Amino acid sequence: MGRQIITRLAAVIPILFGVSIFIFMLMHLAPGDVTDALLGPMATGDAKEKLRKAMGLDRPLVFQYLTWMGNILQGDFGVSVHTKRAVSEVVLPRFGNTVILALASLLLALSVGFFVGMYAAAKSYSTFDRVSMSLTLMLGSTPPYWLALLLVLMFSLKLRWFPATGMTSILGDGGLMDIARHLVLPAIATAAAPAAIITRMVRSTMLEVLSQGYIRVARAKGVSQRAILWKHALRNALPPIATISGLQLGFLLGGALFTEVIFAWPGLGNQLYYSIVARDVVVVQAAVLVIALAFVLVNLAVDILNAFLDPRVRKV
Amino acid sequence: MASEKNGTLRTAPAGQGTNTHSRTYLAWLAFAEDKAALFSLVFLLIVALMAAFAPYVSPHDPYEAVNSLRNAPPGSGDFLLGADSNGRDILTRLIYGGRISLVVGFAPTFLAMVISLVLGLTAGYFGGWIDQAIMRTLDVLFAFPLVLLAIAIAGMLNPGVDTEIVAITVVLVPYISRIVRTSTISVTAQPYIEAARAGGAGQWAIVSRYVLPNMISPVIVYTTTLVGLMIVVASGLSFLGLGVQAPAADWGSMVSEGRVVLRKAPHVTVFPGLLIVAVSLAFNYIGDGLRDALDPKAIRR
Repeated sequence: MGRQIITRLAAVIPILFGVSIFIFMLMHLAPGDVTDALLGPMATGDAKEKLRKAMGLDRPLVFQYLTWMGNILQGDFGVSVHTKRAVSEVVLPRFGNTVILALASLLLALSVGFFVGMYAAAKSYSTFDRVSMSLTLMLGSTPPYWLALLLVLMFSLKLRWFPATGMTSILGDGGLMDIARHLVLPAIATAAAPAAIITRMVRSTMLEVLSQGYIRVARAKGVSQRAILWKHALRNALPPIATISGLQLGFLLGGALFTEVIFAWPGLGNQLYYSIVARDVVVVQAAVLVIALAFVLVNLAVDILNAFLDPRVRKV
Repeated sequence: MASEKNGTLRTAPAGQGTNTHSRTYLAWLAFAEDKAALFSLVFLLIVALMAAFAPYVSPHDPYEAVNSLRNAPPGSGDFLLGADSNGRDILTRLIYGGRISLVVGFAPTFLAMVISLVLGLTAGYFGGWIDQAIMRTLDVLFAFPLVLLAIAIAGMLNPGVDTEIVAITVVLVPYISRIVRTSTISVTAQPYIEAARAGGAGQWAIVSRYVLPNMISPVIVYTTTLVGLMIVVASGLSFLGLGVQAPAADWGSMVSEGRVVLRKAPHVTVFPGLLIVAVSLAFNYIGDGLRDALDPKAIRR
C-alpha cells in the first residue's frame, strides 16, 4: 500500500516537469512578446531591445526556463505585466475562491449523480429511468455558459431569487449566508454537465454489478433490495465511479471558467480569462500552472482513494 | 426469434467476403434500425446543407441591420426568430453561423483523429521505447483539464477560426491516441496478425491491411461522440471571443452577443444555445447508433 503510493507519487514528478516545459513553450509561441504589452505599440525597436535585455529575454530559452522554474520553486511567480502586482498575491487567493466554487459544484454533482443514478439503476427501464437518462444526455450536451445565462434569466432577472453577480470578496461583511446566496446559481451551472455524466456512470456501473452472480445469490438468500443496492452492489461499483468523478473535476474546472466569467465570481478562471484578454502572459502562465498542478494532485488522490476502496488495486 | 426481417439481419454472417451484402451495407441496416440515430443524421444533414447553401436558403442578409427592428421578438415581420441587438435576422445568422460552428466542431476532431491514428498505431504496434516516448509525452497533455487547455492555447494565439481549430486539435490528440493504442494492441495480439507475419507480409502491409481496418471501429465511434462535445467546446471559445471575430458570427459568439440584452431580448441568447444543444445531442445519438452498428459484439435489444 505504502509502496504503491510512493510509486504513484514518483510518476507525478516527470509529468509536472513536462507540464512546466509545455506551459513555458506555449507562452513563447504567443505572437508578439511582453515588451509589446509593456511599452505599447508606439515603442521603438531600440527601446524594446533594451527592455528585452533588462528582462533577460535575449538569453537562451533553456536559461530563461530554468530561471522561471527556479523562481517558482521559491514561491516567486513573477510580476503581472498589466497590474504590476506580484502574481502570487493575485493567483493564490483567487485559486481559493475557485476551490470554494469547485467543491460546492462537485458536492452537488456527486450527490445528484449518486442518488439519481442509484435510483435509475434500481428501477431500470422505468419511466423515472428513461426520463432521467434523456435529461442527463441533454444536460451533458448543454454549453455551461448558456445554462448559466438561462439561470440568470430565470432566477435573477425574472424571479429575483438569487443575485447574478456581486461576489467581490469572499471575506466581505455578508458572512456565510451571503456567500451561499451568491454560490447557488454558479454552482448549479458548473455542476450540471458533470452531474449528468456521473449519473449515467453510476447507473451503468450499478447495472453491470447487479447482473453478477453474487447478487443473484444474495437475492436468493433473501437479502433485502435496499441491502443489496447499498451494501453488496455499491461496494464493487465505487472504484470506477470514483475514477470518473475524479476526471469530472477537470470538466468542472473548465466549466467553472465560464460560470466565473458570467457571474463575476472572483476565481482563477475569471482571472485567467481577463489575463488572456489583456495578454498578461506572466499571470496566464501562473494560473495555468496552478490549475494543472491541482488537477494532477486530485487525480493522484483519486488513485490512492481507489486503492483504499478496492483491495485488488492494492496488490498491483 | 423476433420478426423474420430482424432474424435474418442478426444472423447474417457479417464480413464473409463472397456475400453480396457488404459489411458496410449490413452496418447501415443496423444503424437505420436505430430511430434516434437516423433522425439525428437527417437533422444534421439538413443543418449542414442549409449552412452550405446559406446564401440561397436564408431569408435575409446576415449583416443587414434594420434599426427599427433592434431586439425584435420572434415573429416580428418576416423575422421568424426575431432580430438581434443590431437588428439583424437571427435565423439568417444561425444558418450562416453553422458554416463556422460545424467546421470548428468537425475539422479539429477529424484532424486529431488522423494525427492520433499515426501516433497510437505507432505506439501500439511497435511497443517498447517508441510506445513509452509517445505515450509519456501525451501524458503531459492529460495533466490539463481539456477545456482550460483549449482556452489557454487559443488565448495565446491570435483569435480566429484557425486558432480555435488548432487549440481543439491539440487537446483531443491524447484522448484519441489512447483509444487507438489500446485498440491496436488488442488487434495486434490476434492470431491472424501472427499468421500474416508468418506468411511474410511486410510491416506496412500488416498495419494497413490487417491492423487498421480491424481497430478503426471503436475509434470512429469515439470520435463521432467527441464531435458533439467539441461543438460545445468550440462554441465556448467563440463565446469568450477567442474564435471568430465580429461581424461574422458562429453560434457561440451569438450567445455572447445576446448576453448584453439578456433582460430585454432573451431570445437572442436562447435560440443559438438551443441549436448547439440539438446539434451536439444529434452527434451523440449518431455515435450510439454507430457503436451498435459497428460492434459485432454489442448486444442489440
